Amino acid sequence: MSHHKVRISVNGVPGEDEVESRRLLVHYLRETRGLTGTHVGCDTSNCGACTVLLDGMTVKSCTVLAVAADGSEVLTVEGLADDEAMSPVQEGFRACHGLQCGYCTPGMVMAATGLLLENPAPDEAEIRAGIEGNLCRCTGYQMIVDSVRWAAENGGAGTAATTHAERASS
Amino acid sequence: MGSMIGAAVVRKEDPALLTGRGTFVEDLRLPGTAYMAYVRSPVAHARITAIDTQEAAAAPGVLGVWTHADLPGLPPTRSVPGMERPCLADGAVRFVGEAVAVVVATDRYLAADAAELVEVDYDDLPVLASVAAATAADAAPILPGLESNVVLEQVLSATDAEAELAAAPHRMAIRLRNQRCAAVPMEPTVCLADWQHSGLTVYLTTQTPHHMRNEFAQWFGLAQEQVRVIAPDVGGGFGAKASCYPEFLLAAELSRRVQRPVRYVETRSENMTSMVHGRAQEHDVEVGFDDDGRLLALRVRITQDCGAWPDTTGVGLPTLTSFMSGGCYRIPVIAASFRSVVTNTTPVGSYRGAGRPEASYMIERVVDHVAAELGRDPVEVRRVNLIRPDEMPYATQFEGIVYDEANYPGCLDLLLTHVDYDDLRRRRDAQRDDPTAPLLGIGFSTFVEMGGFGPTPLFEQFGYVGGWESANVRLTTDGSAVIKVGTSPHGQGHKTTFAQIVADQLGIDIDRISLLHGDTATVQEGIGTMGSRGAPVGGSAVFKAADKVRAKALRIAAHMLEADESDVELTDGTFRVAGTTGPTVTLAEVALRSLKPHLLPEGVDPGLEETAHHEPSNLSYPSGAHCCVVEIDRETGRVDVVRYVAVDDCGTVINPLLATGQIHGGLAQGIAQALYEEVSYDEDGQPRTGNLVTYTVPAAEDLPPYETHHLVTPTSFNPLGAKGLGESGATAAPQAVVNAVVDALSHLGVRDVEMPCTPAKVWGLLNTANGS
Ligand code: FES
Ligand code: FES
Repeated sequence: MSHHKVRISVNGVPGEDEVESRRLLVHYLRETRGLTGTHVGCDTSNCGACTVLLDGMTVKSCTVLAVAADGSEVLTVEGLADDEAMSPVQEGFRACHGLQCGYCTPGMVMAATGLLLENPAPDEAEIRAGIEGNLCRCTGYQMIVDSVRWAAENGGAGTAATTHAERASS
Repeated sequence: MGSMIGAAVVRKEDPALLTGRGTFVEDLRLPGTAYMAYVRSPVAHARITAIDTQEAAAAPGVLGVWTHADLPGLPPTRSVPGMERPCLADGAVRFVGEAVAVVVATDRYLAADAAELVEVDYDDLPVLASVAAATAADAAPILPGLESNVVLEQVLSATDAEAELAAAPHRMAIRLRNQRCAAVPMEPTVCLADWQHSGLTVYLTTQTPHHMRNEFAQWFGLAQEQVRVIAPDVGGGFGAKASCYPEFLLAAELSRRVQRPVRYVETRSENMTSMVHGRAQEHDVEVGFDDDGRLLALRVRITQDCGAWPDTTGVGLPTLTSFMSGGCYRIPVIAASFRSVVTNTTPVGSYRGAGRPEASYMIERVVDHVAAELGRDPVEVRRVNLIRPDEMPYATQFEGIVYDEANYPGCLDLLLTHVDYDDLRRRRDAQRDDPTAPLLGIGFSTFVEMGGFGPTPLFEQFGYVGGWESANVRLTTDGSAVIKVGTSPHGQGHKTTFAQIVADQLGIDIDRISLLHGDTATVQEGIGTMGSRGAPVGGSAVFKAADKVRAKALRIAAHMLEADESDVELTDGTFRVAGTTGPTVTLAEVALRSLKPHLLPEGVDPGLEETAHHEPSNLSYPSGAHCCVVEIDRETGRVDVVRYVAVDDCGTVINPLLATGQIHGGLAQGIAQALYEEVSYDEDGQPRTGNLVTYTVPAAEDLPPYETHHLVTPTSFNPLGAKGLGESGATAAPQAVVNAVVDALSHLGVRDVEMPCTPAKVWGLLNTANGS
C-alpha cells in the first residue's frame, strides 16, 4: 500500500501526515487528527453524517480521499465555536431542539453552515433542499428547519465559517 | 408541582453534541485496539462445505481468523429455548448477512482486506424467504431440531368470536399487511470490548446496559461485578439497540483471545442485514358491526415473520399486538391469536412501537373499511365506538390490560377544532372534479398504545430482570446534585428532563444538577430505555428519590431551625418556618450539615443521598387523535403529505420542547412507513434493500411540517402522571396517512392501499381504477 505525505489544515491548524493512498478524509480527520466530531453513518454517501467544509465547499468527507485534500483547508464541527460562544447555527440547533441523539448533528450543522454561506436568507423550501443530503432519524426535520431559520436570523454561518470561506476564495 | 415541570428548557446535553465533543463508542480510544471484520453469508440458505482461512490468516496485520469450528465450546446467544443462535454460522447459513467467520487485525482497513481473502464454499439449500414459502406443505424446517417453521402459536382469547360475528348485522373480512421495516439509527452497531484479568469492560451501542451486562456475565460464566458495560452517547436506537447481538459477545471473546481491546464497527450495509428488523406482520381480520358502524366483534389472526433466528423480544411482540387489537374502541368481543414463522431473512425484533403500531394500524384501517362499507363518515364511526372518559379505567378483555385515565373523544374534538373538516371535504370533492388539480385525501387515526413498560411480571417475559426503574439522588456539600439512573437515553434528553424533576422537588437550579447513566459500574441496578418508559418509569423513580432527599433535608433543616418539621417549608432552595420572615437555612447548608453526624437529630444517618425504585402499577396508555391530509399527483402517483395535525395525550408533559421533538420523530418514522420504507427480499432471499441507496430513509424534503397539540389527562398509574410518548407518533401516523391515501382514491372504488404507498403502487391503482 503506497503512502503519501499530505499537508492539510484543519480548523486553521496545519498538519503534515503520512497517509495511505486509500485513506478516506473522514478517517484522516477522526483517526489521524483525533477530531471525532465528524461521524460515519453509511457506506454509500447517502447520510451526510460526515459533512465538512473543504476549501469553502460542503463535502461528504467519506467520499474524499485524504490525499485528494492535500494542500486544502478543512473546517469541521470542532472549528465552528470559539472560546466564547457557539456559532449561530449551533446556537440555533440548541434553541430550537434541532437534535436528539446528536449523531447526524455535526454533519447537519456543517451542511446548514454551508447553506447559509451560499444563501444567507433561505426560505423553508430552500432549507429543506439545502440539507437534502443529510439524514436524521430522530427529529423528523422540522426542528432542524427551525434551527437553520433561527441561525439565518441570528448571525448566519458565523465567523469561523465565513473566514474559512473567504480564505478559500482569495 | 412546581415551575420546572412543564418548562421548555433547552437541553443540557446539546453543547457537547453540537461542538463535536460527544462521546460515541467509535470516538473512544484505547491503546492497542484491534479491529474486527466479518465474513458474511452472501446466500440466504446453504450448507457450508468448506471454509479456507489460511490466506486471510497470513495477511498483513492479522491477529487471527475464527470460524465456528475454531471456537469450540462457545455457547450460543440466549433466545427462545431450543432456538438459540450461534455466534458464527455452525455448518449452515440461514439468512444473507449471517456471520460465517471473523478476522481481527491491527487496523480497520487491514481487517477488511483480510476478510475478503476468506474462501467459503456453500451448498445451496431451498430458500424460504417469505411466510408463504416457509409454511408451504413441503417446506423443510429451517432451524435444526424443529418440526416446522411455525415456531410459536398462541391463542389469547377464550372465544373465537364466531357466534358474535355470525350474529352481527354486517360482517367483513379484511387482510392487512404491516411491512417489514428497518430501524436505521444513524449510528450503526459499535462495540469496544476490553478483556483484562480483572474482568471485562464493554463499550456498547445499547439501550440496556445492565441487561447486556447480565448477558455477558451469564455467557462467560463471570460474576456480574466483573463485567462493566458502558453505553456512552448512543446515536439513536428505536428499539433495535435493545437486542443482544452475537457481534457483542464475539468482540469480548476475541478480546480475551488476542489480549487487547477489540473494536467492531458495523458498516451501514452490514447494519441493514444484521440489526433486527421490525413489524413484518400480516393480519387476517374479521369484524362484525351494525348499521351505525358500531363494532360488535373482532377476530384477528396475526402471522409474524420472525426471521431466521427468533429474537427474545421479537417473538413477544405479537402478544402486544393482540392485547392492543381493540384500539380505543368499546368492542364487546375480541378473539386474537398469532403464529410466528421462521424464514430465511434477518431476525425481527423491536422497532419504535414494537407490536402496538401493528395493532393500531389494523383497527384504524378496519374502522375506515367499516365506514366505507356503510357509506358513513369515518369520524362518525369513530365517535360511536370510542371509549368514553367516564368508562376509565377501562379493563379490556385481556387480563391485566387496563386503559388508564384518558379522554379519547376529547382528543378527537380538539383535533377537529384545528382541522376544518367540512372545508377539507369540500376541497377534496372540488379537486376530484378538476383534472388539473391533484387528488386530495383526508385520513384520521384515533389511537391508544402502551407506554411506561413494566410492570415486572410483563417485562420478565421479554427477558428483563424487572419492569421497574431506579434512581439515586445525591446532594453535595455545596447544594448541587448528582442523579444516577438506570435508564439509558440515546436522544431522549434525560439529562435535562430528569434534572427538571429534581429541580422541581428541591429548588436547585438545573445547571447545578448532573446526571450519570449508562455505566453499570457507577449506576445502581437498572433496566434501560425502551417502551416509552423513560419519563413514566425512570422519571418516577427520580421523583421518588428526590422526594426522599427532600423529606430528609426537611428533617435536618427543622433541627437546625429548632422548629417542628411540619412547620418548615422549602422554597427556592431555602428552608424557613412557614409564614415567618425569621431565620432560614439553605439547601447547601443542610447538605453540609448532613455530613456532620454529631450535629444531626437523633436517629438520622449522615448524608443526603437516596435511592428509589419505581415499579409501575401497570402500563400507561398514551392516546390521541391525528389527521393527515395528502395530495396525490395524478400523473406520477406521488403522495405528498400537505398537512399533518396531531393531538396527543401523553399525560403530564415534563418538557414541551422535548415532547414535541419525540412526537415529531415518531411521526416521521410513521409517515415513512406509510409512504417510503420497506425491507424486501427476492425469492432467493437476497435483500433488495441492503443499503441506504435502496432503502428509503426520508430526507427533509420528503417529510412535512407537523402541527402538534396536547390534551393532558395525567395517569394515576405513576406519581408524575406521565404516560410516555416516544412511540406515539410512529403508532398513530401510518394509518392516518394510508386512510388519507385511500380517501383520495375512494371515488375510483379503491378500498385499500398496501404500505408503503409508493408512486408506482398508487399510479397503478389510478390507472387500473380509471380504466375499469
Ligand atoms: S458517512 Fe454517510 S455520507 Fe459520508
Ligand atoms: S439527532 Fe439522531 S439522527 Fe439526527
